[in-house]
Amino acid sequence: MDLNLTAGERQFRDDLRAWLAVHVPKDWNEWREKPIEVSFPYLRAWQRKLQEGGWAAVSWPKEYGGRSASLMQLAIFWEEMARAEAPPMANALGLGLIGPTIIAFGTEEQKKRFIPKILSAEEIWCQGFSEPNAGSDLASLQTEARLEGDHYIVNGQKVWTSYGWVGDWCELVVRTDANVPKHKGLTVLLVDMKSRGVEVRPLRQMTGESEFNELFFRDVRVPVGNVLGKVNDGWNVAVSTLMYERGSYGARLHLLFKRNINRLIELSRTSPRSGHPSAEDPLLRQKLAQCYAEIEIMRWNQLRAFSRITATGVPGPEGSIQKIFWSELNQRVQQVAQELLGPYGQLLSGDSRAVDHGIWSYGYLRTRGNTIEAGTSEVQRSIIGHFVLGLPKSY
Amino acid sequence: MEFGLSESQQMLKDNARKFFAGECPMGEVRRLMETDTAYDAALWAKMAEQGYTGIIFPEEYGGVGLGKVELILLMEEAGRALLPGPLFSTVALAGAVIYAVASPEQKKKYFVPICSGEARSTVAMLEASASWDPMDAQIALVNGKLTGEKLFVPDAGVADSIIVAASGGVFAVDARAPGISINPMAGMDLTRKLYSVRFENTPAERLGNSAGVSRALDVATAALVAEMVGGMQRTLDMTVDYAKMRKQFGKPIGSFQAVQHQCADMYLETESARSAAYYAAWALEENAPDAAVAASIAKMYASDACRTVGNRGIQIHGGMGFTWENDLHLYYRRAKASETAFGDATFHRERIARLVIDAGAASAEGA
Repeated sequence: MDLNLTAGERQFRDDLRAWLAVHVPKDWNEWREKPIEVSFPYLRAWQRKLQEGGWAAVSWPKEYGGRSASLMQLAIFWEEMARAEAPPMANALGLGLIGPTIIAFGTEEQKKRFIPKILSAEEIWCQGFSEPNAGSDLASLQTEARLEGDHYIVNGQKVWTSYGWVGDWCELVVRTDANVPKHKGLTVLLVDMKSRGVEVRPLRQMTGESEFNELFFRDVRVPVGNVLGKVNDGWNVAVSTLMYERGSYGARLHLLFKRNINRLIELSRTSPRSGHPSAEDPLLRQKLAQCYAEIEIMRWNQLRAFSRITATGVPGPEGSIQKIFWSELNQRVQQVAQELLGPYGQLLSGDSRAVDHGIWSYGYLRTRGNTIEAGTSEVQRSIIGHFVLGLPKSY
Repeated sequence: MEFGLSESQQMLKDNARKFFAGECPMGEVRRLMETDTAYDAALWAKMAEQGYTGIIFPEEYGGVGLGKVELILLMEEAGRALLPGPLFSTVALAGAVIYAVASPEQKKKYFVPICSGEARSTVAMLEASASWDPMDAQIALVNGKLTGEKLFVPDAGVADSIIVAASGGVFAVDARAPGISINPMAGMDLTRKLYSVRFENTPAERLGNSAGVSRALDVATAALVAEMVGGMQRTLDMTVDYAKMRKQFGKPIGSFQAVQHQCADMYLETESARSAAYYAAWALEENAPDAAVAASIAKMYASDACRTVGNRGIQIHGGMGFTWENDLHLYYRRAKASETAFGDATFHRERIARLVIDAGAASAEGA
């Protein structure tokens, strides 16, 4: 065990830090508050700049435009991006989840066709997994793909699709065989979102925004060459994508959480409670300290998991504890923020008295979704129970 | 950056697990807990032979010279085995305090017999006020003699020396010195005996001032957290095994989500406490700027987690878990004693608040 950076890691960090110091756009703060539809070209341009510097997909193999970075270097990457207050990249799903899945399962032709444009943000990717009747029970999905000559004909509906409104391509899980057990009849297709018969509708969520979309597929023709992995092996391909999601997403959240708790501590010194600053209230001190501590533990869990994955080579089901940990913690932190701010906590962005432009009222509502998206807490606990602890399947 | 164990660290941990399983199985734990001191001289000699009693002490004193990470790996396995006796009190607690405050001659005097297995030691911290802050000690030296009472002193019944946190410094007292009386306190944990220690004009040797005690207690605390993690792991393992085997309504109870999800939470809590213990040990070894906060975070988290893991474990075992015959209550008792030792979660949350909220405010004002 040695938590000091190795010489290679320090070099990586220093190179990145120097690059970011020069290239992070100075006007991001003016764009940050704008709707993502407006800022999206800005985020594309930022990703292109990162790609030119060789920083868009550090964990990808060198031959595909990455740096073959270790997981620790990937963690350093996200920490440095957060520290430099760099904007996010436009093609988040393409870079984080779908690109790695294509690299792992795709044909040489597919890699050549798709990977460069994922990197350059020329083609934005979305993920067609959940359906109205297939959420936690993903394998029961009904969107069907019928083979007709050298094309699949796709019909069905997807929901909770991030980046659907801007997606050029979609990693779509479909049913190609309805006569076998549900996990065994699935296939992953790479679908051009400009195909005839694809309809994208915004899905308004409880915060009032539309981060996600509903996708409708009516007789959409997809060439057989766009099957990712093997026909009817889509479950393995999809699970691999989900593992990337659970395993690495937490890494980039730590600094965001840390920024939140530091801000709350700062606010606690000035927001009054019973005639004293909240920072002197014994109970709120306890709650702030609890959040602070758990945010640290979240990072340590993550680093330990990275070491384990580095040793074993693959992200495993134990990644589920990261998902449970960060999502439930984020909700607790937002609740503490509400207690701290009292009636001001509810004020929405736009109200002149809203604290920090309403990020806390927004955060309280938005984090409500954290224990549902990317696999509910219940499903994560079932994954731990069955795949980590070896208990019988409970569903 | 490597947060996994090195090959030699893993080997030490594996060997410790084998050693405790072989030399101190649950039958032996139960035999020892029925004795007055929960101490077995033969077992202690074997631990000394393994180098366990000297694990963190420098080689010049006959120790093995390993670091705090190795110490907590050993303590984790001791906790898993529910090892009775004074290994924690002697090595992790008294050892850390002596190391922090004493002179080289004094270190030699106390460490050499501990490493060789000839002597045991402990630290007398608490007084009637039950404050874990070493600065709150009231007991003081008058004309070179100690008078007063210390409470909740672990393993004092088998200690050769008792290290006393007193007002004005840290002192070592020979357990056979005149004016000393050591009496058992009937604690819930049957495997780690507690004592009241009364001094009446008892001669004492000054080891040093109290400034270094706080860091030494952080080391002891991290070691205790590791021990708690070992206990949590064993509770989890027993519970998962039981949930696979026990059938109701025609199915293993582990197939019910109400049971399975509690097992998942036990796993999450155990792993998180382990991450915190390992990080704290590393931070203390490296003297990292956040070492004190890290020790408090670890103890805070583990104090709550070891209780909830125990609760879930017994609940899932149903009536079987409530029996004397089942081993779970022995871990449950240890967990409660460890939860309060060196400050419970509430104590450490307040300490974190002081280190993070108040200290931050001071530096903000200073800037």
